[in-house]
Formats: sequence, C-alpha cells, structure tokens
Amino acid sequence: MSSTPSPQAAALLAGLAERFPRARLGTSLGDQVARVEREDLVAFAAAAREAGLTTFIDLCAVDHLSRPEGRFEVVVNLLSMRLPLRLRIHVAVPEEDPQVPSLSGVFAGANFFEREAYDLFGIRFAGHPDLTRILLPDEWEGHPLRKDSPVGAVPVQFKAVEGR
Amino acid sequence: MSNPPDFVTGETEGPELPEREAAPAEGAGTAEARRRVHELWIAGTEAPGEAGRFTSEGAQEMLAEEEGSVLAGQMGALVGDDYSSPVGPPGEDTQIINMGPQHPSTHGVLRLQLELEGETIRRAKPIIGYLHTGMEKTAEMLTFAQGCTNVTRMDYLSPFFEELCFSLATERLLGIEVPPRAQAIRVLMTELNRVASHLIWVATQGMDVGALSMMLYGWREREICLRFFEKVTGLRMNHNYIRPGGVAADLPDGWEDDVAGLLEKVPAGIADYEALLDDNPIFRERTVGVGVITADECRAYGVTGPILRAAGVAWDLRRAFPYSGIERYRFEVPIGSGGDTYDRYKVRMEEMKQSLRIVAQVAEALPPGDYRSDDPKVTPPPRARLDQSMEALIHHFKLFTEGFKVPAGEVYQAVESPRGELGMYLVSRGGAKPWRLHVRGPSFAHVQALPVMLADSLIADTVATLASADPLLGDVDR
Repeated sequence: MSSTPSPQAAALLAGLAERFPRARLGTSLGDQVARVEREDLVAFAAAAREAGLTTFIDLCAVDHLSRPEGRFEVVVNLLSMRLPLRLRIHVAVPEEDPQVPSLSGVFAGANFFEREAYDLFGIRFAGHPDLTRILLPDEWEGHPLRKDSPVGAVPVQFKAVEGR
Repeated sequence: MSNPPDFVTGETEGPELPEREAAPAEGAGTAEARRRVHELWIAGTEAPGEAGRFTSEGAQEMLAEEEGSVLAGQMGALVGDDYSSPVGPPGEDTQIINMGPQHPSTHGVLRLQLELEGETIRRAKPIIGYLHTGMEKTAEMLTFAQGCTNVTRMDYLSPFFEELCFSLATERLLGIEVPPRAQAIRVLMTELNRVASHLIWVATQGMDVGALSMMLYGWREREICLRFFEKVTGLRMNHNYIRPGGVAADLPDGWEDDVAGLLEKVPAGIADYEALLDDNPIFRERTVGVGVITADECRAYGVTGPILRAAGVAWDLRRAFPYSGIERYRFEVPIGSGGDTYDRYKVRMEEMKQSLRIVAQVAEALPPGDYRSDDPKVTPPPRARLDQSMEALIHHFKLFTEGFKVPAGEVYQAVESPRGELGMYLVSRGGAKPWRLHVRGPSFAHVQALPVMLADSLIADTVATLASADPLLGDVDR
C-alpha cells in the first residue's frame, strides 16, 4: 500500500491539485492525503468522484483537543478501483463551530458515516437528510468519543436500582 | 378511547368486522365492539367467552381490553412508541412494521423498519446501535499491545482479520517488518478464518431460506476450523494471536497433520453443500434475482467484498493492495454477474475453495525462522534472559506495564475480511496508546445499503437478502 502512485494516479492527483489550489496534497506514511478547506469539501469530493475516485469507503472524525487548525478533524477515505488509488481527505473543524457540509449528496454511502460522526463527536453535517444519533440512544446526552468525555463518568444503564 | 384498530386487510372468511362508525365513541358499546374484534381476530371464534375456556387467563382477554396499540402491534399495524422513529408517515395503502431487533433471522440485533404495500416492501430503514459498546473509545484506553484483545471482539466471526488489520496499522506506524514465517502464519490463519466465517454464512443462509440441514452441516465443518484455531491460539474465538510484531506463538507440533486433515474434510463438505444447493429448485427460487444491487450502487454505498464481486467487479484487496505477503500465493478472485443472492452464494463458495488453496500453499512451504519480529521495541526479551540480566527484566516489565511507544502519525490500513474491506484508521501522538482508532467495518456499509437491496422486493425475501448481505452486528455497532 505504500507504493508510489501509478502515472494515471499521479495525473489524477495533479488535476485535483490544479483545480483546488488551496488544497494541500501529499503523502503520509505511504497514504495519499489531501488537506482541504471546509468550504471546498463538497466540491473537492465531487471533483474527485468525477476524476475516478468513485468508491466511498469511510468517513470518521478525530478529536485533536488542541490544535491550531481546529480541534476536530473529519477524515474521508475515497477509492478508485480502476487505478487503484486511495485518497484520504482531511478537513479541520473548529471547536466553536463544529459544522461540515454533508457529503451525502455526492456519495450516498456518506449518510450513515456522517450520522456516526455526529453521534460520537457532535459534528454537524449541514445538508444531511437525517442527522440523528445512530449508535447511541436518542436520549443520550453528550458525545462520548470527544476527548473531554471521560470514561466511567456516565452511569451505566440497567446497572442497579436506585437506592439499593 | 379510540375506535378499535382496523388492522386486517385482504380477504377473510366468516363474519365481517363491525363497522367503525357503528361503535359509539364512549361508553359500554366501545368495550363491546373491542371484545368482538378480539373474539374474531385473536380468539378465532365468534361466540363470546368460547375461547376463554381454554386458558385460565381467558384467552388473553387483556389484549382486547387494554390499549388497542398492543393489539395493533401484534397484528402488524403501526405502533407509536418512544423508541420508534418511523421512516415517515405511511401512505394510504401502506403500513410500517418492525422486523427485529429480536428476530432470529437478523443475525444479531438489527432492526429493520419496513414500509409495506401489501406484501411488497416500498421503503426500508435499518436501525442499529443495539450492540454498541464503545469499543473505539475503549481502544484509546488500551496500549497498542493490548489493542488486539479489543478489536478481535468487534467482528467476532473473523477475529484474525481484525487483529491483522490492527497489527499491520501499528507496524506501519512503527516502521517495522515482520519475519516471513510470521507473515505466512498470518496468511494461513486469516484464510482459514475466511473459510470458517463463510461456513457460518452458508449455514445461516441455508437455514433462512428453508434448507435447515445446512445449519448443521455448516457448523460441523466450521468446528474443524475452530478446533485448529483452539490448538494454535488456545481460544476458539477472540484469539489475540496476531499481534504487532508477529504472532503470539509458533504453530504447535503436529499442525501439518491438522491442516492436512482439514484440507481433506472441508472441501468434501463444500462439495456436499454445492450438491445440496446449487441446482436445488427451492434454493434457486428463493435466491435468483433476489436482493439485487448493481456495481455502481455498491461503489456509492461503499459496499465491498463478496457482494461487490457478485455484482461483477473483480475487486479484492489481496490483489489491489496486498498485505502480509499474500501476493506470493496463487488464487483466483471469483465474480458473479447478476448481483443477486444466488451470485453471492456462488462467489462465497468459490472463495472458500480459493482460500483453502492458499492454505495448502502456505502449509506446503512455510518459511523457517522467527514467528515474531526481533525488534526489542515491541518484542519482550526471551524468558531465559530475565534470570540473567537486570536490564532484560526491566525491559520486560516496562513493555508490559507502560507498553511500547509508537511514533506520531496517522495511517489507514485495510484488509480483505470475509465481509469486505475492513479498514482501520489509527492515529498516534507518540504515546503508548492510540490517540484514535476508527474501525471501518464492512458490515456497517452493507447494512446501510440494505434499503437498496430490499426496495420493491417481497417481504418474504427479506430474510434471504439480509442473510446474503452477511452483516455482523458486532462489526456494525462496535
């Protein structure tokens, strides 16, 4: 997986870099990585799909707690089966406005993954058709995968009867 | 009190239901109408009190007297409760029913909301999370050395793949190589695991479409694989055998005979299943053209693995992004053409044969050497050294209390699990514990694509489609 991209893949990446001058493309431990501005995410993903990265693989969030670019990060994994090429898109998300445009209009598969990121991190995906909790109960408070959400602080459901 | 629910559609024989308008809004007449509904549709007799004689509870009289919603729920009409989040208001001629989460054919705790028009599914919405235990959070509390004990419990039918994926990701962050023998053992165990997982699948798929004997046969052959796993790792499931740096132990004495026996018995079993199912008219009737998904839909929804291959795309991570030296072995990637349940069956059956082919090649030429890396950073010193060297003792102690530190970085590693692309996105900040571990479970994407496969199919085909998608809820909910 850490091999250098084929000429077609390199051309694809160069084309994306040309269309989005603000995006920073590079490699990280052999993975192709693009760091994209929040406003450009949907356009970038759509362009990547047009260019051949047609398979939606993954979307997740990371809580970096303290980072100059922003506390959160949304990480999208796209794949081209033809080349083959993987591209990982990173988007920094500030803590005070944890909102990212939804990719569900570009990739139908983003739907559940964005709901998961919303559920666990509290990142809102603008334009998502059904942004509700997916793994946790609807009445759950907080977003447990945030780093400031401690383990063991939440009483476990069904553990014991009150006062016994 | 509301009117009795009119929950029965279609032709019926016998007395008509009382008209809704006929029942007065208040008073004793309502109870009379409800009792009559109950007698007709629950107790199955018109004569009042007739069924009540059979049980001391009076044929569950409380159903008619209690909230109508209980009755409606049992008869499949829409129930509004705190936990339901319907896909939308049902149309004029449709009704919404819940399938699961406590339904044997959901293979766990998957809940499907199905909007039905007659017997045809118009919309479906999978509802998940019943098995969520916060394993990604747990991973942040465990060291890299302990991480495999956690991830192996996610997709509990293919634990070796979870361990392998986590180990590969950690090794890439560490920048260490594992010796050829360890790589070959990893391939041997994962490919056998693929067979064991597909055997469970064919057992449940057969059972779900009515071939009950498949359930027994599939588990019988899987037992042979699990016995071998137990002999090698000490555990039948959740092995924690593949670890960063190599594997936990070398293969036990006599493993060649076990593998040889396995390579004899399991293919014989697979041949039996094919004789049983391939041209079985009932099996074909239940699976051909059922649960179709196209290649483009697969790509948009992130559907991978046998479902994608059954849709005609020859995509296999073992070919595209080989790991653990699997490119050294000869195998073929089977594909289907129709993208339906029957093609998925054919693809998985062929995959088992190809995996056994890889196993035979590994067993034939297992490289000599170490079963784990000799990098002292991840591998503890040998037991004998602890008695001689204080430094070795300290080193051993530090490795198992603090764990080894992994350089900062982030990596996405994927392996071809029996279900599809199993990916792990691992972020390290230079500590002994992962800063973040995200697991991209293949079943998560497949459950999301279920509405595509189910739309406009018959409700009786739901179980066949669901089984052919092979979702594992431990993998979905994590």
